[in-house]
Amino acid sequence: MREFRYERAADMAGALTLLAAEPGARPLGGGTNLVDLMKNGIERPALLVDLRDLPLGRIEPTADGGLRIGATVTNSDLAAHPDVRRRYPALAQAVLAGASGQLRNMATVGGNLLQRTRCGYFTDAAAPCNKRSPGSGCAALTGEHRNHAVLGASPHCVAVHPSDMAVALAAFDAVVVYETLDGPGELPLAEFYRPVDSNPQLETALPPGALITGVVLPPAPVAAASRYRKVRERASYAFAIGSLAAALDIRDGIVHDVRLAFGAVASRPWRARQAERALTGGPADAAAFAAAADAELAAARPLPHNGYKLPLMRNLAVSVLTELAEEAAR
Amino acid sequence: MTASTSSVITLHVNGEPRTLTVDHRTTLLDALREHLGLTGTKKGCDHGQCGACTVLLDGRRAVACLQLAVAAEGRAVTTIEGVAEDGRLHPVQEAFLELDGYQCGYCTPGQICSALAVLDEHAAGWPSAATADVRPEAGPPALTDDEIRERMSGNLCRCSAYPAIVRAVAQAAKAVSA
Ligand SMILES: Cc1cc2nc3c(=O)[nH]c(=O)nc-3n(C[C@H](O)[C@H](O)[C@H](O)COP(=O)(O)OP(=O)(O)OC[C@H]3O[C@@H](n4cnc5c(N)ncnc54)[C@H](O)[C@@H]3O)c2cc1C
Ligand code: SF4
Ligand code: FES
Ligand code: FES
Repeated sequence: MREFRYERAADMAGALTLLAAEPGARPLGGGTNLVDLMKNGIERPALLVDLRDLPLGRIEPTADGGLRIGATVTNSDLAAHPDVRRRYPALAQAVLAGASGQLRNMATVGGNLLQRTRCGYFTDAAAPCNKRSPGSGCAALTGEHRNHAVLGASPHCVAVHPSDMAVALAAFDAVVVYETLDGPGELPLAEFYRPVDSNPQLETALPPGALITGVVLPPAPVAAASRYRKVRERASYAFAIGSLAAALDIRDGIVHDVRLAFGAVASRPWRARQAERALTGGPADAAAFAAAADAELAAARPLPHNGYKLPLMRNLAVSVLTELAEEAAR
Repeated sequence: MTASTSSVITLHVNGEPRTLTVDHRTTLLDALREHLGLTGTKKGCDHGQCGACTVLLDGRRAVACLQLAVAAEGRAVTTIEGVAEDGRLHPVQEAFLELDGYQCGYCTPGQICSALAVLDEHAAGWPSAATADVRPEAGPPALTDDEIRERMSGNLCRCSAYPAIVRAVAQAAKAVSA
């Protein structure tokens, strides 16, 4: 690990100033991703700016009936919060499906959003990887890519974003709020993660030196009937090979409102808008759910070893939406 | 601006203030084991993937291998050495002993620290990924074997003593709430 300086920022202005003064500076949240990557030399910061003391550790209702979640709120506190569990249950479930109790106690909302991919070549300094070393190539294309992207990838990078939390946030139209030395800004989650182009090393639209201060969830009555389901290769403590956040509001047998987001299929949480459009205003039955999933997956371009993700996502959508429909009918 | 890459920090380890100088690269795990001689906390993977290094940080479980020591400045750390009180084993420790919640014992300090936190988290009403209905109105989930397995899933055991670990946590939960 490279030697580095460490500063514990006392306030927002101090943190932003420290970050601006040192191009090699990195904010430190829980460190569960950053420290890991520093250990294998993938991240080599000259300075860590610890965000611990910043006043970003609260979850508060917004005036319009949504929630504002501070950037340093731990994943544990997010998942345990009564308003999150009551009004956005799929978000609590998504967070609880990630990592372990120990890691969730350390991990923060800001760090979770910005965690890097788990593509094995990204963390293997000897392998070509455009995300780690722009222009070097992508070892995953012809190598191990069982858990890589089927949607929205480019020949430059086929990695998936590993966050469970972000999938539920995408379904609920969350907005990422940030602060820079020039003032505050915000990015809807749909615009926060950049589409993959020839620059897979640029993952978000966050301006350089910006600090995420929180995430705002707009009010979403449909979210009260929501679910997150994650498929993985062991029962717990593993990253998703496919996941789904879904919310469904059925009125008189017709889909009034629906939210769907897919995880572990793309470089970002994948809001399934085609599927949502296909379902809205129509019947809420298994045939409609399957057709909607197919509509979304029509654009999928699987690699030789990850075609299984298509039936997996289709089955996941049908089973979770069917459960939600049955519960609504009770 | 200073170019210092080390700091003097104080950690409150098992109730005692301990002041030490650490290179910033030092993890809490290495600070405990190498600087303070507290070798009860084990290093398994050193990447957050096994739970062997689990300690309580300000009362909450954390993996010490991904926690920088400098970033734990001023915080309370409980390691396995600090779990027994006045020479009396904690009910979680007693349950592991009585029910053989281990074979080689390497993962055991982490398992026990994790189990202590599982009991607290459950008592605080936290749901888990095994909880069918996470809404607060559903009430706190019963600490079933499935709940224990899920909540303890951040602690791997190479000897696969899992069935006995689950029994030990369940027994400790009863002992603590009795
Ligand atoms: C063994 C293991 C298993 C895991 N399993 C899962 C899983 O199943 N599902 C899942 O979703 N995740 C999983 N994770 C990943 C985990 O969720 C992330 O590591 C964690 O959420 C990152 O949060 P952090 O606060 O620790 O981030 P850090 O490591 O502190 O930071 C991550 C990045 O974000 C930047 N950053 C942090 N905060 C801010 C901010 N406020 N503003 C700007 N930049 C910021 C940092 O500079 C860094 O680049 C796992 C991790 C491990 C080690
Ligand atoms: S998929 Fe992306 S992260 Fe993985 S090797 Fe290719 S460029 Fe790197
Ligand atoms: S040594 Fe820390 S989790 Fe494995
Ligand atoms: S008892 Fe040997 S690793 Fe768990």
